Order: sequence, then C-alpha cells, then structure tokens
Amino acid sequence: MDLTLTAMLLQGGQEAAAHTGAGFMPFYPGLILLLPLAGFLLNGWLALKHAGRAARVTRVGGTYDLDGGGRPATHTLPTWIGPGVMGLAFVLTLVNFVGMLGAGLHDPVVIHYWTWMATGTFTVDAAIQLDQLSMVMMMVVTGVGFLIHLFSVGYMKDDPGYPRYFAYLNLFVFFMLVLVMGASYPLMFVGWEGVGLCSYLLIGFWFTDREKSDAGKKAFIVNRIGDVGFLLAIFVLYRTFGTLDFAPIMGGAADTLVYGGGLVTLVTLFFLLAAAGKSAQIPLYVWLPDAMAGPTPVSALIHAATMVTAGVYLVARSSVLFALSPVGSAAVAGIGVLTALFAATIALKQNDIKKVLAYSTVSQLGYMFLGVGVGAYAAGVFHLMTHAFFKALLFLGSGAVIHAMHEAYHATHRHDDPQDMRNMGGLKAYMPITWITMWVATLAISGIWPFAGFFSKDEIIWYTAAFAGAENAPFPGLYTLYWILALAAALMTAFYMTRLMVMTFHGRNRTGEKEAGHLHEAPPIMWVPLAVLAVLSTVGGWINVPEELQASIVGLGGLLPSSEWLHHWLEPITAEAHHIQELQLGELAHSAPFGGGEVAWALISTALALAVVLATSQLLGRREVQSPDADPEPTGFAKVLANKWYVDELYDAAVVKPIQRASRFCWKVIDQGIIDGAVNAVGYLARGFGWFGSLFQTGTVNTYAFVLSLGVLVILGAVFF
Amino acid sequence: MITQALILSAILFALGTFGVLVRRNAIIMFLCIELQLNAVNVAFVAFSRLVGIEGQVFVFFVMTVAAAEAAVGLAIIISIFRHYETVNVDNFNLLKW
Repeated sequence: MDLTLTAMLLQGGQEAAAHTGAGFMPFYPGLILLLPLAGFLLNGWLALKHAGRAARVTRVGGTYDLDGGGRPATHTLPTWIGPGVMGLAFVLTLVNFVGMLGAGLHDPVVIHYWTWMATGTFTVDAAIQLDQLSMVMMMVVTGVGFLIHLFSVGYMKDDPGYPRYFAYLNLFVFFMLVLVMGASYPLMFVGWEGVGLCSYLLIGFWFTDREKSDAGKKAFIVNRIGDVGFLLAIFVLYRTFGTLDFAPIMGGAADTLVYGGGLVTLVTLFFLLAAAGKSAQIPLYVWLPDAMAGPTPVSALIHAATMVTAGVYLVARSSVLFALSPVGSAAVAGIGVLTALFAATIALKQNDIKKVLAYSTVSQLGYMFLGVGVGAYAAGVFHLMTHAFFKALLFLGSGAVIHAMHEAYHATHRHDDPQDMRNMGGLKAYMPITWITMWVATLAISGIWPFAGFFSKDEIIWYTAAFAGAENAPFPGLYTLYWILALAAALMTAFYMTRLMVMTFHGRNRTGEKEAGHLHEAPPIMWVPLAVLAVLSTVGGWINVPEELQASIVGLGGLLPSSEWLHHWLEPITAEAHHIQELQLGELAHSAPFGGGEVAWALISTALALAVVLATSQLLGRREVQSPDADPEPTGFAKVLANKWYVDELYDAAVVKPIQRASRFCWKVIDQGIIDGAVNAVGYLARGFGWFGSLFQTGTVNTYAFVLSLGVLVILGAVFF
Repeated sequence: MITQALILSAILFALGTFGVLVRRNAIIMFLCIELQLNAVNVAFVAFSRLVGIEGQVFVFFVMTVAAAEAAVGLAIIISIFRHYETVNVDNFNLLKW
C-alpha cells in the first residue's frame, strides 16, 4: 500500500512541477512526508510485537530484563529505522532547499495530490506548499529532528518502551511536516492536532507514573482551548473568502478586508488564541513546564525546537492578516513580551534543570511572538530557527547531565532527584564536552555576540524599537513599553542561564563521593549531536546579519558573511505584509525610543548581557549551594517566584475548581436529580396507580362474583332505564 | 305460557345468583352456578316456542359445556380440599394480580 501511495505522490509531484515554470523542480517532496510516516508504521509494528513479547515473558513469571542476554530485534531495529528515515528526509529536504535556492522562486509551489473533501462550493485539496517559509521550517524540523533522533538512541536505549518511543517520535515529525507543508488552513490544522496528539503521547510516555500521565492530559486539554480559536478563525476565513487555501487568502486579503476592520481583528485574535495554546504563551503557557515529564529528547524536539514554534509559524504564515490588524498585532506582541518577562522571572528561582529550560523556552517563544507582532516576521522566524539550535542543544545537554546523574544514582541505588541542580555541581570535570557545548548555547541564548541568539534576539528588540518610532505607529507608547520589557527579560535570561550553568557544572561536586565515581561523559551518539548543534548555535546567526551591523564593528567590518540573507529569502512571503505596513505606518524609525542607533544598541545589549553573565558567575560561583534537604525554603518574593507566581494555584481555584463544581452540579443535581428524578417519578407514579388498582383485587371469589353481578345489574339498568 | 316459564327462569336465576353471593362452601356455590345455567336453559326452551328449534339446540350446548365445566370445577375443588382440608372460599385469596 505504501508503494502505490508513494508512486501516486511522486507522480503528482512531477506533474505539478512541470507547470510551475519557476525553474524550481521539487524533488520528491511527498517522500519527505512519507518517510517519517513509514518509520512510524514500522516502529509501531515493532512496538506492538515487542509489547507482546514483554507481556508473554512477564506472564510466565519472568522479568523482562534488557541487560541479560541479547536484545531482541524489536529493540535493535528502531535504532536504524527511527533516525534512518529522519536522515533520509533531511537529505531530501536539503536537496529541495538547494534547488529552491538556485531557482530564485517567487510564487509558492503548490502540489495537489488529491481532493481531500468537497461539499458544495467548499473543497480542500490534499496539497503541499513549498515556499521559502515552509522550507526553513522543514529544514529545522528534519535537521534538528534528525540530531535529536540520534541523541535519543543513546538516551533511550535501555528503556523497555524503546520501539514505541521511536514510533511516536516519527509520527510527531510526520505531523509536524504536515503542519508546515500543508497548503491550506485545514491541512495545517491536521498537523496542528497531530503534533498535539504526539505531544500528549510523549509527555505521558512513562504513563505508569500518575503525575506524568496527568501532565500529558494537562497539555492536551490546555491545547484544546487554543484549538477552538483555530477552528473559529477558519470558520470566519471561510465565510469571508470562500476558500481556505493560503495562496488566495494571502493574495486577496488586502482587497477583501479593511485595514483595522473588525473582521480581520477577529480572525487574528482567534489565531492568537490558537498560537498562545500551542506556543505556550500567557494565559495558556501552564502546560509546557509540566510537559517536562516526558523524556528529555522529547522536550528538546517537541517542547523547544519544533511544535511549540507552530504558533509563530501560524502568525508568520498569516502575516498579511496580522499586518492588516494593528490591534491583533499589538496583542500578539503584548502577549509575547509579557510572557517573555513573566516566564523569565519564574526561571530565576527554579531548581529543576529542565524546569529552568522550560520557562526559558516559554520566555524565548515570547520573543518570537514579539517579533512577529511588530511586523518583523523574518526576525521572528529567525529567532525560531536559532532558538531551535541553542534550545535543542540546552535540552539535549541537560539530557546528557540527567542521563549521567541517573546512571550514577542507579549504580549506587540512591533515590534523590537526578534533575535537581542542587544535587549537581562541578560536573565540568566529568563531562567536558557537555559543559563546553552548553556554555555555547548559554552564551547564544543570553544574546552575546557573535553567537546565534545575539543576532536574532537583537533584531527582534531592534524592530520593536523601530516600530515604536514609526511615523504612524498605532500605539507608540505601548510599543516603547514592549521594548523596555524585552530588554529587561533579555537580562534575566542571561542571569538564569548562567545560574543554571554555575549550579550544574561549576563549584564543588555535590553528587556524593560514591556517586561521583560513576559520573561519565555521554557516549558519542549523544555528544556528536551536541557538537553539531553547538556549531549551529555559533554560526546560525550569521545568515541574517543586518546591513547596518555588518559594516560596523559588530559585523567585523563586513567580515561576517551574508547581509540579511534570511530576510531576503523570506521576502516573497512577507512582501505583502510589509507593503501594507509601509502603507499604513510609514517609515520605521532608525533609532531607539531614547536615542541610539542599531549598532549602538547592539553593542549596549551584548555588553549588558555579558556583564550579567560574568557578574552572575562570579557571585554565584562563590556562594555554596545547599543540598535540597538543607536548602531553606525561600521567603518573600523569592517564594512567589519559586512557586511560579502561584499561577497553577490560581488556575486551580479560578478555572479547575469551578469547572469541577459545575460538573458536580451537573452530575448530582441535573443528571441524578432532575433527569434521573423525572424518569424515576414516572416509575413511581405507575407503581402508585398499580397499588391503587390492586386494592380491588381481593383474591376472594365472592368479591369478584359480587362485582360481576353488580355490573350486570348496572348494565341492565342502563339498558332498561 | 312463555311468561310463566320466563318468570320461573328468572326466579331460578335469582336464587342461583343469591346462592353464589352468600354461600361460602365451594360445592354449594358450584351447585348454585349450575342452577343459574339451568335457569338460562329454561329460558332458552321457552323462547324456542317463538323462534324455532335453535333455542333447544343451544340448551344442548349449554348442558355439554356445563358437564365439562363440572368435571374441571369439581376436580379443582377436590384438589383444593386435599390440600387445605376445607372448601370454604373465605380461606382462599390467591386469585389476585
């Protein structure tokens, strides 16, 4: 079945390519989708076989022990299938990317395979769209995805659920590719829901642990709230345009919709709700920190590099709509910058290494929202890409640390938390590669020149400033505030990341003497992806050095390559939005709100970030970190931060509890009381009538005979009188 | 002539009904029912004077059915007596629901 489908997809692809005429020939783009799907089917089949075998072994009283004897094929094959299909998909994507790079494509290539649904005038085709934006996303998904698959081989190899893990991971990549390659909103929604499903499955991967399966459910339910927004936006768009394909909507939006009109604002706000759910923004961010219950490579792939950036992709993909709605864009930027700041404050006081990274991810996603909210769509996608590099690296690095800690604790049968940074310290002596690569990522996320994060974050902050100073900026004061908040959050980022590094790798080793002997560097299959990502986190920013910076000292006087390459690359996607923006807002400012040009602020921000990193490492390096048991409970404001501003408690009281009470009311009062009561009342009524009737049934013959005679007399009387 | 016969029939039927209603002994009640049936028979015969032979034919049917009924009824009464050693209908109230 796979073969025929493949043949169909290939054929369709070639047909479409023949009449695009742009000189770009897509090279088997359908296969990029099919490979992860095939990987899912194969791994899923192996997982079922594997589970059956494990069940048989335990049924006869044995324990399913992977350490004893040879490992079954069901456990070894996924090692090749899982990363294998990803590697092939990445190579295919690369070939297509190079092809597109050479062709100078302007209009997107849409390849129709078949009609998915057709009712009346409404049709949706199963079609994929290859353009500059989807290409960037595909490169990130398959490239970073491939590295994370490789890392997973080392991280998960001793887990009994290994084949199931790779089945889910492949399925996730398939849906993520559907999300970014789909040529219409409904197809995007399919991917959107699919990645949500895989996220749920992988967060609750160790589902025997109640807390972890609950975290999966939380992610799923919170995402549902956002999905309502997506659906409503689709409905409004269909009513307005009569179609849901990207190309006609983006092409016709400027003529159909009024700038700043209610309709487009409604659509963008619905999309914002959807994006806030998927990309963990205020007020729907609460699921992401809990999602850390999943295996760490999953956190790296789904909850840092790819799925959570789907909201940013959605906004960038709908750039024309957002450009038409100043209110919608301001809301996106506002939510983004608030989230960036808010999550950063929480990250300051977390002790779980993955929790710090989770809040850091929420915070960085906020920056991306800020970027696409101020019309800097290329900058948002740029930060999305660099963030995928350095955050995947940070998560994988923390995975390597947790792996080492876990094995050390396992060897000595200790039951402490291997993720608590207070138990770590001084790990740089044991895992030098992880240490160095994570420092690279830390410098990148802190926004220190010349690492990737510097260029992307600086561009977002700069565009916020430029937007605030635009000729006809819709809310200039508001955007100035955004700019200040974004700078504040950037400094906090530098602080909490340095704190994480110092607590984990520097200072005295706190794992305990016995355990320290078991600490070791991660195997090559794990550190090679770290090294590759470290290189990308360093050079990844150089593809989009702004012109002003390139010539200055920041660009080493033109030594850094490429001038705004990504910006120009995405030009065909963002041109329409920029056109609208220029028409309505006029020229963007060339200086920050309180003076200073782009170069000056780039230097100021990197100097400040560097100062924070150095000061933090000096200050924290000198202070002794207490073990979790000895660590005093934080007090005052620190306690509020450590408890995440009590947002979970607030939601529990404001949302969860009322819903529980309402459900209880529906259950006890409405269902059991009124509905069941009515049914029972009918029954009781019938019974009562029956009882009344039975009074006439004495059972004695005489009564009956008497009544009978009486009846006869009555009838006779009626007849004669 | 018919008038007298019908009056007789009515008297017999009334006696039978009275007996069924006031007596408690199952056998007596049974006899009273037979009395009612025969009262009807008298009426039939009397009417056959007016309408022809059909009235007398009906009497034969009634007698046949009455005989069959008597067989079944007496059998029930005997088995009840064997069980309870009484045929006083006040003791039986099973004929309900």
